[in-house]
Amino acid sequence: MTQTMVESRPGTATAQAPAGEGQARSREAVLRVFRGDASGGSEVEYRVPVAPGMVVLDAIHWIQAHRAPDLAVRWNCKAAKCGSCSAEVNGKPSLMCKTRLDHFAQDRTISVRPMKTFPIIKDLVTDVSWNYEVNKRIPPFKPRPGADWRWQQSDVDRVQEFRKCIECFLCQDVCHVLRTHELKHQFAGPRFFVRIAGLEMHPMDGEDRSGFLKDHAGIGLCNITKCCTEVCPESITITDNAIIPLKERVVDWFYDPLRMVWRKLTGR
Amino acid sequence: MEKYETHEHDVLVIGAGGAGLRATIEAAHQGVSVGLVCKSLLGKAHTVMAEGGVAAALAHVDPQDGWETHFRDTMKGGSFLNHWRMAQIHAQESPDRVRELEHWGALFDRTQDGRILQRAFGGHTWKRLAHVGDRTGLEMIRTLQDQVVHLGVPVYMECTITRLFTEGGRIAGAMAYWRESGRFVVFRAKAVVIATGGVGKSYKVTSNSWEYSGDGQTLAYEAGAELIDLEFVQFHPTGMVWPPGVMGLLVTEGVRGEGGILRNAKGERFMWKYLPEARRHEYAVDEDEARRWVEAAVENRQTDDKRPPELSTRDNVARAIYTEVREGRGTPHGGAYLDISYLPAERVQRKLPSMYHQFMELADVDITQQPMEVGPTMHYMMGGIRVDPDTASSTVPGLYAAGEAAAGLHGANRLGGNSLSDLLVFGRRAGLSAAQYAKALASNPRLDEREIEREAGETLAPFERTSGESPYDVHRDLQTCMDRHVGIFRVQEDLELGLKTLATLKERARKVRVEGTRLYNPGWHLARDLANMITVSEGITRGALLRKESRGAHSRLDHPSMDPALGKVNFCVSRAGEEMKVAATPLPEMPAELRYLFEMAKEKVG
Ligand SMILES: Cc1cc2nc3c(=O)[nH]c(=O)nc-3n(C[C@H](O)[C@H](O)[C@H](O)COP(=O)(O)OP(=O)(O)OC[C@H]3O[C@@H](n4cnc5c(N)ncnc54)[C@H](O)[C@@H]3O)c2cc1C
Ligand code: SF4
Ligand code: SF4
Ligand code: FES
Repeated sequence: MTQTMVESRPGTATAQAPAGEGQARSREAVLRVFRGDASGGSEVEYRVPVAPGMVVLDAIHWIQAHRAPDLAVRWNCKAAKCGSCSAEVNGKPSLMCKTRLDHFAQDRTISVRPMKTFPIIKDLVTDVSWNYEVNKRIPPFKPRPGADWRWQQSDVDRVQEFRKCIECFLCQDVCHVLRTHELKHQFAGPRFFVRIAGLEMHPMDGEDRSGFLKDHAGIGLCNITKCCTEVCPESITITDNAIIPLKERVVDWFYDPLRMVWRKLTGR
Repeated sequence: MEKYETHEHDVLVIGAGGAGLRATIEAAHQGVSVGLVCKSLLGKAHTVMAEGGVAAALAHVDPQDGWETHFRDTMKGGSFLNHWRMAQIHAQESPDRVRELEHWGALFDRTQDGRILQRAFGGHTWKRLAHVGDRTGLEMIRTLQDQVVHLGVPVYMECTITRLFTEGGRIAGAMAYWRESGRFVVFRAKAVVIATGGVGKSYKVTSNSWEYSGDGQTLAYEAGAELIDLEFVQFHPTGMVWPPGVMGLLVTEGVRGEGGILRNAKGERFMWKYLPEARRHEYAVDEDEARRWVEAAVENRQTDDKRPPELSTRDNVARAIYTEVREGRGTPHGGAYLDISYLPAERVQRKLPSMYHQFMELADVDITQQPMEVGPTMHYMMGGIRVDPDTASSTVPGLYAAGEAAAGLHGANRLGGNSLSDLLVFGRRAGLSAAQYAKALASNPRLDEREIEREAGETLAPFERTSGESPYDVHRDLQTCMDRHVGIFRVQEDLELGLKTLATLKERARKVRVEGTRLYNPGWHLARDLANMITVSEGITRGALLRKESRGAHSRLDHPSMDPALGKVNFCVSRAGEEMKVAATPLPEMPAELRYLFEMAKEKVG
């Protein structure tokens, strides 16, 4: 084993077999992958040889290379950094590049399906363009006039959390307001509350998005179930740190008369 | 009524990474019509993965820093094969470009006095990399992306450009297909900016994604542009080596910037052994000094102690690790140990959060407690499209290039952090020049219907074949060939064999067959990308054959030293009919006032 790996560094004499081939014939995983498009489809079973540390995305790539070259899937980084490879693995919204095969019981079939909340294009690829449309409507960063561009790390620790978002849209996929109630036209979804929180809590930002949050982003529709927080691969505490403070802002802005007067006077 | 969906723009930007986005913003600011095309969804380009930081001589942490030192470091790092003017512009303009990002909303980590914090990186004399933990690229791409979105620029996502059209030698437009539907799109454009990134997918062990198939270099080459320096392929010293599925994934140089120590299986800290004599004085003399430097960095204070030897340039560290492994001192999975666990766990988690999670989740290694195992991985392409330093224009009128797809700034080896700054500086210049060119153009170039038809036919050909190999098989063999014959250490016979293999691969790629329909079909997409990978791989190999010396990232075992004569030329690849032509072209000479900067510092030029 050691030897194979040594020789597989670039520039050396022997190339290594692709992950999953050759070395670890001993174990196979059984995947049931959704195959189909807008006109319908079904799960297809594939048996995939397993290598140590293998993730679901590796298995999908193996299937493409050996069984189904036209199997559609999105991916880029393979390191949970780009948010491309979102799918539902055994019903759980997950990044395929981060979901290890050895976390499932050996004898269990692993089902891999596209995100349900978005219209299917083909196989594991869905049409997520709605998210890009929502994003366009969010009032952008607007620096306060005359701002001094100095602040302490402690001032931005909180807002940096929101900026970790890799736009995998798994939180959008799981949120019942979008998934079950299909209120896409009224509700921006957790991803965009995270984004708005990132703008609102930016130390230099001078824009006010309370009206947008209430009337266009539909923040009132969120009933704090925290399902979004549970699936976030970046461990962003979406509900507690982003949504709840934003809800409070909206309440403050629209319903607290003293603050309203103060804000009118100070322009904030 | 046109047969294919058609769009018209003054400037078409291909690629939505840092370079393409920055070019788009600048062109849009000039008031011309801009279209932006990318193969993936917006925000998923390689730039999003960049971890360590963006290099700019802001001098927030080390007040001694300035553009002159950044310039010198870049030239030395590139073994003086860089285009001096690009290195100068880059060093002078990157601070403004970073500050501009901040004004667009980017939130960098802070110094104690509230300014942008900078960290140390290999080959940089001073702490120079502005960063956001280890997700700098994410912050950068989101900030740029938001600018583009709010400028209202149309973004053609998941759309792959397969050909550039010219009329009378100047740019006229481009052809693409939607990855989703497989349908064709024609773009009419007065100017095109190529910002498509690199070619990592020619190698198996790489930190690069499927997008890096050398598309931009090939598009330019086929349109008649010159490519230079293709033999300079950067192998990043620290990729993951275990487990197999993540082999090649990047471990940011930020780990070493924060104090990470490299040891071999015998526990020896080997980097001192590999420091080039000429540079030894720039590094700590012993473990004590290196430790004091790290302590000062942790406490955010100035020090006269020199940096640890792990912060040598990438080419050097990659060869060191490779050599340790080859000589039998490798770790169980064939790498070296990289250890940061001696620092407080809290600091490691705060400064390197994604590395912490990457190792925890994918390799079951807790980097706050145990060392990582790392080894070289193909990472970056120094070579690419030859551009004019001031305007970023290629040798084809109307064609511009920036970012990893362009060449010249980094010479024989890129310093870490110099890519993100490259994207901003030259992305902006490319967008500006392309817009100016488009505005000045008297007449609209015309597209030739026959060329459009020919391109459509060629792209669809793999569906027509009833026999032929799967593109995945040819791709695998290409990667094996490049890993094996055109890797870190090169020799004549290997390279010749590589070239021969590439010729057969080219034939095989022409005959691949794809299954299924045109709807989101990765096999078909790969079939198309393969041809580009092979073209650039051939350029890499031909350049490597001719460069009978070792310089920067290019190491010839059969020619282990530098040849001063070869230090004065770039190998330039261009198309002559169906053949690839390679010629030595003279490197522009550095003017006296810049040479003087080296003399002042008592450093040798060349
Ligand atoms: C893991 C990793 C970490 C890194 N860390 C750092 C770092 O800390 N500091 C640093 O300075 N550098 C770093 N780099 C290098 C740096 O990130 C890249 O060199 C840089 O981001 C490239 O930017 P770009 O704009 O040239 O291309 P990219 O960001 O790769 O964008 C290329 C774009 O072109 C598009 N494209 C490609 N082909 C086509 C086509 N045929 N048609 C349409 N569109 C196309 C793609 O879809 C994409 O949008 C890192 C690289 C990696 C892989
Ligand atoms: S907490 Fe709100 S946003 Fe999150 S899943 Fe529940 S309802 Fe949706
Ligand atoms: S908030 Fe988390 S789950 Fe939602 S898109 Fe961002 S990274 Fe994904
Ligand atoms: S491939 Fe980037 S997050 Fe999975």
